This record gives sequence, structure tokens and C-alpha cells, in this order.
Amino acid sequence: MSAAFLLEQLLNGVQLGVMLFLMAAGLTLVFGVMGLINLAHGSLYMVGAFFCAWIAGETASFWLGLGGGFLAAAAAGALVEILVIRRLYARDHLDQVLATFALILIFSELMRWVFGDRPLYLDVPEILSGAVPLPGGGGYPAYRLAIIAVGLATAVGLYLLIAKTRLGMQIRAGESDREMIGALGVDIRTLYTAVFALGAALAGLAGGLVGALQSVQVGMGEPVLILAFVVIIIGGIGSVKGALVGAVLVGVTDTLGRVFLPQLFGLFLPPSEATSVGASLAAMAIYLLMAGVLAFRPKGLFPVDA
Amino acid sequence: MGPNFSRESVVNAVLALALLAAPLVAAALDEPFYVALASRVAILALAGVGLNLALGTGGMVSFGHAAFFGLGGYVAGVAALHAFEGSAFLAWPVEIGGSESMPVIWLAALVASGVVALAIGAVSLRTSGVYFIMITLAFAQMIYYFAVSLPTYGGEDGLSIYLRSTLPLIDSGDPLSFFLVCYALLLLALFLAQRLVDSRFGAALQCARMNPERLATLGIAPYPVKLTAFALSAMATGLAGALFAELNGFVSPAMLSWQRSGEIIVFVILGGVGRLFGPLAGAALFILLEAFVGGWTDRWQLVLGLVLLAVVLFARGGVIGLLAGRARHD
Repeated sequence: MSAAFLLEQLLNGVQLGVMLFLMAAGLTLVFGVMGLINLAHGSLYMVGAFFCAWIAGETASFWLGLGGGFLAAAAAGALVEILVIRRLYARDHLDQVLATFALILIFSELMRWVFGDRPLYLDVPEILSGAVPLPGGGGYPAYRLAIIAVGLATAVGLYLLIAKTRLGMQIRAGESDREMIGALGVDIRTLYTAVFALGAALAGLAGGLVGALQSVQVGMGEPVLILAFVVIIIGGIGSVKGALVGAVLVGVTDTLGRVFLPQLFGLFLPPSEATSVGASLAAMAIYLLMAGVLAFRPKGLFPVDA
Repeated sequence: MGPNFSRESVVNAVLALALLAAPLVAAALDEPFYVALASRVAILALAGVGLNLALGTGGMVSFGHAAFFGLGGYVAGVAALHAFEGSAFLAWPVEIGGSESMPVIWLAALVASGVVALAIGAVSLRTSGVYFIMITLAFAQMIYYFAVSLPTYGGEDGLSIYLRSTLPLIDSGDPLSFFLVCYALLLLALFLAQRLVDSRFGAALQCARMNPERLATLGIAPYPVKLTAFALSAMATGLAGALFAELNGFVSPAMLSWQRSGEIIVFVILGGVGRLFGPLAGAALFILLEAFVGGWTDRWQLVLGLVLLAVVLFARGGVIGLLAGRARHD
């Protein structure tokens, strides 16, 4: 096993982590500000991916597609917030879970209706189709590096938005005291819609970016959604910093587990058994990580005081 | 429940009798499809009765009960596989082979789901609220991926059960007899659930939901009460899973999927949270909608989504709430 191979797998892990961060950031913001658990966040990811693949297919431009997916997810998010989600803020988590579960069913059928049952495919843009040489030999796909760059840029942008802008100030104020910020004259309803649409747009961006790596189909959002849940549980629900740390931790653990656990068991088990045991354990690795974190920190690595 | 007949107990009795009568009529008319449909309702209602104990009585919103449902299913599937092959499930330290006896499989399903629920609950119950929802979901997903990556037991494709396991004196292969077995187990579970809710333990559990601090002040730690209830809840759902696998002659990771967890919650909510017969009403409505709307349009999931959204937003209390009024606190 060479250092280049290890570096390549590490980058794969970070790339997965960055994708998860784009998903988890929206989830954690929506929970932090509005106290809402949104299962339909994966559907917004799917909406972004579908619109990105469709627009890119029609216009032959990946970048138009990506922008379109971003905007479509933001619009879908704003629409859903106005029609359904805002009725749920005052409800308990059970009602929120059910209503957003219903939204998953509705979104999935609507996407099937509009785009058909067959998966859509999206090509990596020409300019990023090459490989970047890694130190120590070998190359790494430029597109995946670009995803990492986009994710990190988003993290920085989100930090600046929350820490330095007026909207960010209102978001932080909304997290600590909802009634007070309303009483101070901030239009809380519009703020909530904006936060929800922002989270949706990030999910849509993630969906569009991933669309070039895998097929775009109904049901693609939920596995990612559940991973994003694991991320924000580990990071601490409501904390954007926690989402970033948790996402990279989960991405790297999952990727390295899948590569190295079968090899590790190969040291003392016969090859076929080692593959099987290693693969099963690798599939469980991030959940064990989550359980381990919770055993010591029930509110995650960066707990937010509600 | 008091000695006088409340509107709710009348509704409950009508529901129970309707579920019994429907397959009897269907069997008389030689319509095995509807007998199997009734078995489905009884089994899924049993799964819901389990969840209702955790969710309705104990206030633990588990989004991972498919883990126990699927585990029960896999117990039935794995037992049938080893009985069929004559091989051993475990060779050491004690030899455990397969089985084709239903009571043995039921016992194994109860034990397996109970033990796994103790492990999952022990970690998950350290948290509460939205954390608990997400963690139970995550653990169920872990078991799902574990089953997918297990080539010995079919991996993604699942396992077929070629011969339904047997019961003494009863021909379990006969659809009506199998329904009656499921129905009897459902009634038994409902009876036990009611006894449990009325017991001292049930009182402690409800107090743990409403006011854990007060319970602690009374000298009862909420954690073990909730953990016990969570395990009991999982056992009922696990038993339902074993029956479901026998009914279909098939078990696959789909039984463990998060959609299945969502469906079991939907049974409970659609019927009315914390109402004894709520899961039965919810499962019956769900299966009927699925069978008839599904036959009428391909977009059944869309209809289900809209119905569910309407129930959550506008009709709280579910079917039982609609038929029998708000829950009485006597």
C-alpha cells in the first residue's frame, strides 16, 4: 500500500465529507433556527440533482444546470416552507417527522411524474474531466477536487454570512431567542423562509454536484439524508462548525473503513471471510462512531445550548 | 377503561370483529387474496401495537422500528434456511441449528429483537427529542446495511422461505388458519398492552413521558423504565416481523428499510397515538388504501402523502379520535 493510494482514499473521504456538509449545513441551520426536523431535506437534494441534469441535458452546459438546480431547490424549499413547513414550527417533533415524511412521498412521485421512471445522467464538465497529478505518483480526478473546493468555499461563505452579515446576525438572534427578535421588529416569517430556502439551495447544490458522479434517480436523497443525520448528531445539532467537523469525520471514516477493514481482517482470516466480515463492519463503522461519540457526549462534539 | 362501555370500546370491538369477519367471508367466497390481505393487516397492526407502546405510552419517537421488524423476519428466514439445509446457525459454543417450528421461531424472534433493542435503547435513550428520532433511524440503517452486506443470508436479494414453519395441531399453510393465528397473537398483544398500561409500570412509563423529573423525584429512575418499555415494544414488532416473513415466504433488507419504519409510525398516527386500537385502525386503513388506490392509480404514494399531510395538519387524533372523540383520562 503506497502513500499515494492512502492520499487518494483520504481525498475520497474528504470529498464525501464535503458533500455531506452541504446537506448537513441546511439541516442543522433549520433545526437551530426554527427547531424543525426536516426529513424532506433529501428530497430537495433530489430536486436539485434532477433540475441540474435536465437543464444540463437541454442546454449542454453543466454550469447552467448547476445554477438551475441550485435555484430550483431554493424555490422548492421556499414554496414548501410557505405551504406546509411554517405550520409545523409550533408542533412537536412527531408531527414534523410525519409531515415531512409525507413530503418525501409527494416529492418522489412528482419527480417520477415530471421526469419519468428512468434515471438521468450528467456528464462531468469538460474543463474538469482530467486528472490532477498527486505527489508520490498517480492522479486524482479534477472534478472531485473541485467538489472539495466548492464545499470548503461554501463553508467559509456560510461562516462569513452567519458571523458578518445582517442576515447572519438575525439568524443567530433567532437561534437564541425567537420571540425577542420578532418583538424587535424583524420579520420572522420572511427570515424563516429565507433560512429554509438557503438550506434547500445548499442541498440542491450538493445534488447537482453529485449528479455527475452517480445516476440521478428517485430515492437518491434519503441515504444521504440519513448520513447527514449521523453527521449532525456527531457534530451537535444546530452547530454549523459541528456539521463541518462531523461531515469530514464521517466521510473519512466511511471511505477508509470500506478500503482498509477488509485488508485488516485479511491479516488473520481467510480472504473470503475477511472480505465479508470487513465489508459488514465497514458498513457499520460510522454508526459505531456515532454511538461512541454519544456515549461520551450525548449532545454531540459541539453542543448548542438551546 | 372503566366498567361502563365508552364510545371507544364500542369502536374497538367493531374494529376487532370486522377484522375477524372479513377473512371468514373471503374464505367462504374462496378469495384467498383477501384472506392474505387481512393477515397483513393483523401482522402490521401487531407491529404498530409494539411501536405504540414506545411512542404513544412512553413518548419515545422511534424512527427505527423496522430494525426489529426486519430482525424478526430474518430470524424466521434464517431458521427456515438452516432447517432446510440441515446446517448449523452457530457451531460454537453451543450448536444451534435451524427450526421449522413456529413457537420456537417466535421465541427466537422475541429474544433477538429484545436483546438488540436493549443495546440500541441503552445508547439512544441517553438522548431525547430530535436526537432520539435521528439515532434510532441511524441504528436501523446500520442494521439494514449489515443485512445488505451479509452474503450468507442473501445480501441485497434476501432469503426465500420455501416451507412455512409448522404449529402443533394447526395447519399453518392454510391461509385462514394462518390468519387466525396472527389474529390471536394480535389480540393477545392488545390485551397485554392494556394490562401493561394499567399497571404500576405503565403509570411510571406515562409519567416518564409527561414529566421525567417528577418521576425521578418519586424515587423511580426514568431511564430503566423507558429502556424496558423500548425492549418490550421492539419484541412485539419483532414477532410481527417473523409472521410477516412467513406470510410472504420471503425476507429481504426491504423489511429493515427506513421507509418501513416510517410506515409503522404512520399506522400508529393514522389510527391515533396512544389509543389501544389505534394501530389496528391505522394499519387497516393503510392496507385498504394501498390495495384499492394502488389498483386504481400508479401514483398511490402521492395519494398517501397527501392524505398523511392532511391528517397531520388538520385531523389530529387519527381514525380513533375521529370515531370515538378525544382520549379520556380517567
